[in-house]
Amino acid sequence: MTVFTSSRKRQHMLASRAAAVLLVLGICSPLASAMDPPVAATHPPVPDTIQQRAMACTSCHGVHGEGAADSVGSPRLAGKPAGYLLQQMRYFQNGQRRNTAMEYVLRQLDLPYMRELAGYFASQQVPYPRPPLPAASAATLRRGEQLALHGDPSRGVPACTRCHGSTLTGVEPMIPGLAGLSAEYLNAQLVSWRTNTRAAKEPFCMGIVANRMRATDVTAVAAWLASRHLPSDMRPQSASAQTEPLPGWCVMGDDGERP
Amino acid sequence: MKRWPGALIVLVLAALLYWRYAGPTSDPQTPLAQQRADAAALRDPALIARGKYLATVGDCAACHTMLGGTRYAGGRSLATPFGDVPAPNITPDPDTGLGHWSFDDFWQALHDGKGRHGELLYPVFSYTSFTRVTRDDARAIFAYLQSLPPVPQAATPLGLAFPYDVRSGLLAWRALYFKAGEFRPDPARSAEWNRGAYLVQGLGHCNECHAPRNAFGGITQNGRLTGGQIPQLEWYAPDLSTRRGGGLEGWSARDIVDLLQRGQSAKGAAFGPMAEVVYNSTQHMTDTDLQAMAVYLQSLPPRAVAAAPAPLSLAASGGRGEKIYTQHCADCHGTDGNGVAGIYPPLNGNTSVNEPTGINAIRSVLLGGFPPVTAGNPRPYSMPPYAQPLSDDDITAVISYIRRSWSNKASAVSPADVAKLRQAPND
Repeated sequence: MTVFTSSRKRQHMLASRAAAVLLVLGICSPLASAMDPPVAATHPPVPDTIQQRAMACTSCHGVHGEGAADSVGSPRLAGKPAGYLLQQMRYFQNGQRRNTAMEYVLRQLDLPYMRELAGYFASQQVPYPRPPLPAASAATLRRGEQLALHGDPSRGVPACTRCHGSTLTGVEPMIPGLAGLSAEYLNAQLVSWRTNTRAAKEPFCMGIVANRMRATDVTAVAAWLASRHLPSDMRPQSASAQTEPLPGWCVMGDDGERP
Repeated sequence: MKRWPGALIVLVLAALLYWRYAGPTSDPQTPLAQQRADAAALRDPALIARGKYLATVGDCAACHTMLGGTRYAGGRSLATPFGDVPAPNITPDPDTGLGHWSFDDFWQALHDGKGRHGELLYPVFSYTSFTRVTRDDARAIFAYLQSLPPVPQAATPLGLAFPYDVRSGLLAWRALYFKAGEFRPDPARSAEWNRGAYLVQGLGHCNECHAPRNAFGGITQNGRLTGGQIPQLEWYAPDLSTRRGGGLEGWSARDIVDLLQRGQSAKGAAFGPMAEVVYNSTQHMTDTDLQAMAVYLQSLPPRAVAAAPAPLSLAASGGRGEKIYTQHCADCHGTDGNGVAGIYPPLNGNTSVNEPTGINAIRSVLLGGFPPVTAGNPRPYSMPPYAQPLSDDDITAVISYIRRSWSNKASAVSPADVAKLRQAPND
């Protein structure tokens, strides 16, 4: 007995198998056609990919989560930390972050599926376009830079870099980047923190920070962040790159993994 | 003066009769030993497990849980045409929940629609359906609720204005629209049919949405399931007959079970409030119970076939609906409107496409979204929301086209409908 079947023998086996298959089909096909519903017009096969499944997400946020040009309504998801994306989905589900369209789309998704969706968008590496340059005075931009890099100790406002990474591209696994976001989007988020329409239930750090800022500071920091040159590496920094501890009162909220 | 004693006797008798028949039914005379025995029996793990299943079938958590809150701890405010009614905390917290309730109190609420002190409950609590639940099942549910960790959470105040805040006004409403009574099996029908009827009419409380309500919020034909617009929700709960003229015409028992269990069947997908029902409740039901419900629904009678509406002038819209359909819809739902089995629902012959108001089609196009994630469909495909890319006129054209294409014969919708529904809240 040989281990390898000769090619001739293999051909013979294939032929007899094919005949057997044809025989089975021949016997069964009248039965099958009687049981099947009328065949619909041919439809190209639906790809079994996450892009295809997630069209409710990608139609607004882009196939790779690159975001819409006016990123207030449909911000970029690509390359953001997976933990952050999952946490935000959970917040839309439990009412801590309010947006009618997002709440409706996410309402009946479970944790494993949301984790898969978050993982997909987090893993997408898409070049960042330079956000539209905000119209802001030099004084406003200076104030924004001051806040972003040094904070305002007199009001208890830490520097953005303290938590969002020295390059402001975010820190794994939970802290989103601020680089590459438009002034309009950053503004809208800071205002949401101040008006309790974003993650407002817990004593959550951004709620505290945003409420310590003056309204003019919100505009200033958003303008400066959006006007910066983008760093060459836009990926979130690893957790170990964060050398300074987070402010003691910073509460990260749940990581989205709690059922 | 001589006639007074007679009148007094009548008054006293009337008061006694009232106390006997209309007053609080929980008997303060129950011996202590008896009360203790009852409390012990309620801690039976098998009874609690059965109660947990039945509470899931009844989807009690849907109303008695606040968005992001602890299950059954209440706090959700339920919008009605008459004002907001808060759903109470039904965990056994002594101060804010059912901690001091006896089973008789609970039974009085579920079966008679009366609170612990005999006050009339607002029928947004669906006792109009729950009255069909058997005492045994009610006892299991009570045992389960009493086994939950107590959560102190006070109810929000009642948001009803005069005259609806006067509970005695409910006496008249109850006389017209409520008849207490457990489900009585029909001996002429199979056990399976009876189980299905019991679940659909009782705990499932399907009729509370799938039936028309009048201006007083009453349902006049209990159990007919002829479909209706859900008050304050801006969704249409379709007719549930599977026979000729029915909203589910042509649905097999398998289709019904699939929709309730997987969230999607060969005939359509669950969305809006029904997606929530599938996600929280029906996907967790046993095959046997779902099959029984399907058997019962299949026995609902045929409906009168509505006259076909005036033909839609496709020329008038310049073929705009068809053009938009080809551009945005046909890739998934097919040029033949038949969808892709198990992935994209058919629009041809779809209940929710053809329901009388057009609300469901409009909102589905505006909102898009995923069917519910279930064990049978853990990674569903989804639909883009079109609220942003399409104008009111575009949506009107494409939905009117869909509602009149293939085998569909429903009426056109109007841009005013679309404009109005853009503003509809999620719940």
